[in-house]
Amino acid sequence: MIYEASPLAIVVFVVFVGITLGLSFYLGGRAKTSQGYFAAHGEIPWFVNGVAFAGDYLSAASFLGICGMIAFHGYDGFLYSIGFLGGWIVALFVVAEPIKRLGKFTFADALDAQFNSPGIRLAAGISTLAVSIFYLIPQMVGAGVLIRPLLGIEEHWIGVVMVGVTVIAIVVTAGMVSTTYVQFLKGGLLVIFSAILTVFILQRGLSVADGGNDGHAFRTLGPMTAEQFDRGDLPGDAGLTIIPPTGVWVDQPFIRTRDEATDREVVWSIERENESQQVTLREAQTLTVTADQITLVNGEVKGNKPGEPQLHPIGWLSKLPAGKTETGPLGLVSFLRTLHGSEVVLWPSIKLVADDGATTTVFYQKRSPGSQVLSPGQHPQFAGIRSGKLSDKLNFVSLMLALFCGTASLPHILIRYYSVKDATAARRSTIVGIGTIGFFYVLTLYMGLGAMTSGAMDVTDSNMAAPLLAKSISALLFAAISAIAFTTVLGTVSGLILASSGAVAHDLVSGFAGIDLTDGQKVRVAKQASAVVGVIAIVLGILFKDMNVGYLVGWAFSVAASANLPALVTPLVWRGVTKEGIIAAVVVGMVSSLGWILLSADTFQKVYGIDPGQALTPFSQPGIVTIPLGFVVLVLVSLATRGGRSFPRRGCE
Amino acid sequence: MKTRLDRTGLVLFAFYLVIYAVFVLIAAWWPEVMDATPLEGINVAILYGFGLIVAAFVLALFYGTLATPAGEVTDEEGDE
Repeated sequence: MIYEASPLAIVVFVVFVGITLGLSFYLGGRAKTSQGYFAAHGEIPWFVNGVAFAGDYLSAASFLGICGMIAFHGYDGFLYSIGFLGGWIVALFVVAEPIKRLGKFTFADALDAQFNSPGIRLAAGISTLAVSIFYLIPQMVGAGVLIRPLLGIEEHWIGVVMVGVTVIAIVVTAGMVSTTYVQFLKGGLLVIFSAILTVFILQRGLSVADGGNDGHAFRTLGPMTAEQFDRGDLPGDAGLTIIPPTGVWVDQPFIRTRDEATDREVVWSIERENESQQVTLREAQTLTVTADQITLVNGEVKGNKPGEPQLHPIGWLSKLPAGKTETGPLGLVSFLRTLHGSEVVLWPSIKLVADDGATTTVFYQKRSPGSQVLSPGQHPQFAGIRSGKLSDKLNFVSLMLALFCGTASLPHILIRYYSVKDATAARRSTIVGIGTIGFFYVLTLYMGLGAMTSGAMDVTDSNMAAPLLAKSISALLFAAISAIAFTTVLGTVSGLILASSGAVAHDLVSGFAGIDLTDGQKVRVAKQASAVVGVIAIVLGILFKDMNVGYLVGWAFSVAASANLPALVTPLVWRGVTKEGIIAAVVVGMVSSLGWILLSADTFQKVYGIDPGQALTPFSQPGIVTIPLGFVVLVLVSLATRGGRSFPRRGCE
Repeated sequence: MKTRLDRTGLVLFAFYLVIYAVFVLIAAWWPEVMDATPLEGINVAILYGFGLIVAAFVLALFYGTLATPAGEVTDEEGDE
């Protein structure tokens, strides 16, 4: 697809980023002390902090990743929404009170409240850095993805550098006050514009089509008998010659034809009816990168201007209930009910690699009943739940556990508890956060399904589903949604960098190394750390540009939950925790979850590009093993090192 | 001593954990249950999913009512 820069989009974008930076510089004057820099003097009103929670949390993965996953695979993307929101229950009911009561700037404060141990500072500081950097990678990759259609630039790295530099400017100038207001602004706008988008989706209703919104009608040949197909006698379309399969095309569920009039090559997917043995051919799309790095679209050199060869946009219904062709405006319930009775055209893909290194990705139509699309188990990652294989089911449970436990262990979420004045305000802001985030997650289902039926999606990039959906409705909405999505990345990245800089200055330099810093020095060290972490994030964002954003977020959640949750929760329910137990739990949780991820089939396939069958772990998601492991290690090490010592329970002194 | 609010929080947490776990277990072991359409043509997957989101907010609001000034006073005895 062609991404043309729209002047309107650029103006809206520049205004957004301008306001964000202006706010940042204005508020910068208020954050001269470390209390101001890390915790906004504890003066942020609880409602603002609650919406800012939503701003921190609704990252590129939530907005772009979930909408895209729903748009391409249906209900499975919504499982992430459910898991991400469930995590807030852990944050509110279990973690919020003690974190606020015991901490000051970082979550290591709360862990270390009763022990005063440099070892805990070191372990918690490193775990904060590790989780933050893991979580930063998908945000930076997302930034690069977003900026291209918005500003019409081709290079991914430009987007990454722009976000990196802007965020470093925000964090270095003002700290927690400015990031909070940026988050408040962005969280609020994201929810408001998502609601507007949902209203437009419902107003537009659903309709039947045979192609996307560029006007290209995808052809269907057949149904025909198997004998007729084997003879090469294609029905109703003279002038097509079947190209005999050679090379990568042998034994694939596709055939290629050549149009005698235009000499164009078309790839068709072969659908065989099990009962009637009839064959139907449906037009597919191909994207080839030759050994000489030339990109071909449907066999022709890819163009950059309108009218030149491009992949066609996708996303439509092939059938509506009761033979209708369009519904007109629908309500919240009737939209889902109608879709449930419809037939949706999904676009799975297969990558074929030739001996000379040329790759051809075939995107083909898969007509799926709406009832299937609205149930779990369609996405390749979740398909296992319908397979009957125990390891696939455990993988699913493990992911849902990591999503549930991960939220309350994310450092940039935890530090937000220190920017309000007391535990009551912390609690209230969490409730506002849950309301805002929950409402948004309900909207993700409508936005994802709206994109699925918008005729506007880029078949190669699910992350673009939400912005392209907006573009199919109005240019202004597209500009606003893109700019908000970009500030979404800015906000989350600045929160993460702030959490990392706090870990360096407060936990590692001051707490662990024991270097006595004055207030001003602490802020200065934190700002230097921000710049360094920002540069690391830029580099990683460029290096990991081909990785799936949602997948990377899953990593961060697993590591956060495994490393931090046992150490946060166990002392609340058990008196016998020792500092050695906490250090061991953080280290074992972090190392085991990271190790599991690096040795898993998913990583073998997607990162190393080697046979996933050689993976050393039985399934890819570590949570179900490594989170309980953290708890077990904490208890065992505490028992072994307790030696008759008795510790008062925290918070009761 | 844990505060009354801490205890209530843990009870509410346990309740939510159970309904979340049931959802995950049904999806993993009995996905066909998710396909049933008991209400208005909407399937269990969506009803249960929306239900979990709404339940989180309702439980949070309930917990929030304990955070009223009156509630705070009754919690003081066990608080730090």
